Amino acid sequence: MNDMTLMDRKVTTGTVKISAREVQVFYGDTHAIKDVDVDIEDNTVTAFIGPSGCGKSTFLRCLNRMNDTIDVCRVKGSIKLDGQDIYDSKVDPVQLRARVGMVFQKPNPFPKSIFDNVAYGPKIHGLARNKTELAEIVEKSLRRAALWEEVKDRLSAPGTGLSGGQQQRLCIARAVATEPEVLLMDEPCSALDPIATAQVEELIDELRQNFSVVIVTHSMQQAARVSQKTAFFHLGHLVEYGETGQIFTNPVDPRTESYITGRIG
Amino acid sequence: MPDRPEDQDPKVTPAAAEHSGQGGTTAGAGTPTRPTLADKPNEQHIVSSFDRELETVQARIMKMGGLVEAAIMDSALSLEMRDEELAERVRKGDLAIDGLEEMIQEETSRLIALRGPTAVDLRVILTVMKISGNLERIGDYAKNIAKRTTVLVQVPSVSDSASALRRMAREVELMLRDALDAYIMRDQELARDVIERDLEVDQMYNALFREFLTFMMEDPRSITPCMHLHFIAKNIERMGDHVTAIAEQVVYLVSGDRPDDNRPKADTTSVTS
Repeated sequence: MNDMTLMDRKVTTGTVKISAREVQVFYGDTHAIKDVDVDIEDNTVTAFIGPSGCGKSTFLRCLNRMNDTIDVCRVKGSIKLDGQDIYDSKVDPVQLRARVGMVFQKPNPFPKSIFDNVAYGPKIHGLARNKTELAEIVEKSLRRAALWEEVKDRLSAPGTGLSGGQQQRLCIARAVATEPEVLLMDEPCSALDPIATAQVEELIDELRQNFSVVIVTHSMQQAARVSQKTAFFHLGHLVEYGETGQIFTNPVDPRTESYITGRIG
Repeated sequence: MPDRPEDQDPKVTPAAAEHSGQGGTTAGAGTPTRPTLADKPNEQHIVSSFDRELETVQARIMKMGGLVEAAIMDSALSLEMRDEELAERVRKGDLAIDGLEEMIQEETSRLIALRGPTAVDLRVILTVMKISGNLERIGDYAKNIAKRTTVLVQVPSVSDSASALRRMAREVELMLRDALDAYIMRDQELARDVIERDLEVDQMYNALFREFLTFMMEDPRSITPCMHLHFIAKNIERMGDHVTAIAEQVVYLVSGDRPDDNRPKADTTSVTS
């Protein structure tokens, strides 16, 4: 009778990709993240949900040291990628960001051609030995982002000329071109229409085969649809972290229940 | 990917295969030729995992339906053949049916919470929930028949009513088969046909009711077996009602409307003196 398990999403790999312990983040005097412990699994989509200002984006940005660029921001605690502390002085943030890619809320293609947008990362990281290899990487990345068929005849056209949904998928193609191990997505669909959103969500599900994906989203429905694990943040605390089905059908913490049922937030 | 719909074929128990050989009625009971969702190409969702989840939960219903079909026939056969062992197997088999219902309950609640289904997707989920409830009830009736069988084998049989009951069960089983096929094929016409056919089951029940009444009046010693046989007939009649409810869910799934409830009701035994 158990030969058909409906929820392949219940299956988690159990391999921890990122392990965060007692993470604290301060913006000047503001204590934005308080004592967050979380294990992000490999080949899993993990969603961060919570009301505005709860710290979910801040925490996401800690995972590839994007907060380094903010002067007043201080990060304490330990965040390990495959067991290595990413805040170690020996770690080069640029190399780290090649391993932990990021896609932002608004599509932000470079003012270059579609091809160059995707080829930029592999070029600067020296991932291609010659032009043929580079072209292969670009095609593979665009295919992964489900954009290849739409743009293959106009690779030299400017990336900014694409539609919003296409631009966002271009940014995803750009992010996956460097073969990151983890992909961070900060509200990747908030500027997209429902169809483009569905395409990106389908893409996220496919990316899970190769990457660990962490997505911040304001849409609880989106978190429910795409993720296997969900983390609920509230006022800088990680309130509850668990299997998505459990969070959305039977949350443990009353604050989680109030938030997902639309009673606080 | 979850298993493809090949798995939806009802599991043919040895008993079910056996009776298909003996039964003089139409279409072999064990024929594993249920249409599958693959025969009914639907438009795909952009998010393919949603499609897989919807398919799986419907495949689960078909599996449950297969077990219930076998339970109906096996319970009636155990009565006719006075086969206590088979009756015992039907009673034990109900556990699997209940287990599937629980599983469907959990999966549908997840689907609603995680996918926020709308329009036809919502109707699929709602009908799956209702149909699993109906199937579970039918399974319970089959179990009840099997329980009464173990009592009835202790006393001499009353006329050939057991064969009549098996024919009635056969009719209900065929209706269920068609209702589930109609579900998968999204076939409103077939579903409406099933709803009409419940009339025949009601008539069979009425005839048996009168027969049992006559036996009991003629010979008070037959009251015990006749009471059990009457409950069995009533159980089968109720199964027919649940099958009708399943067929009504098919109409709702396809059209979005409930079927008009103006079909003739033949069960007037309660007012028969």
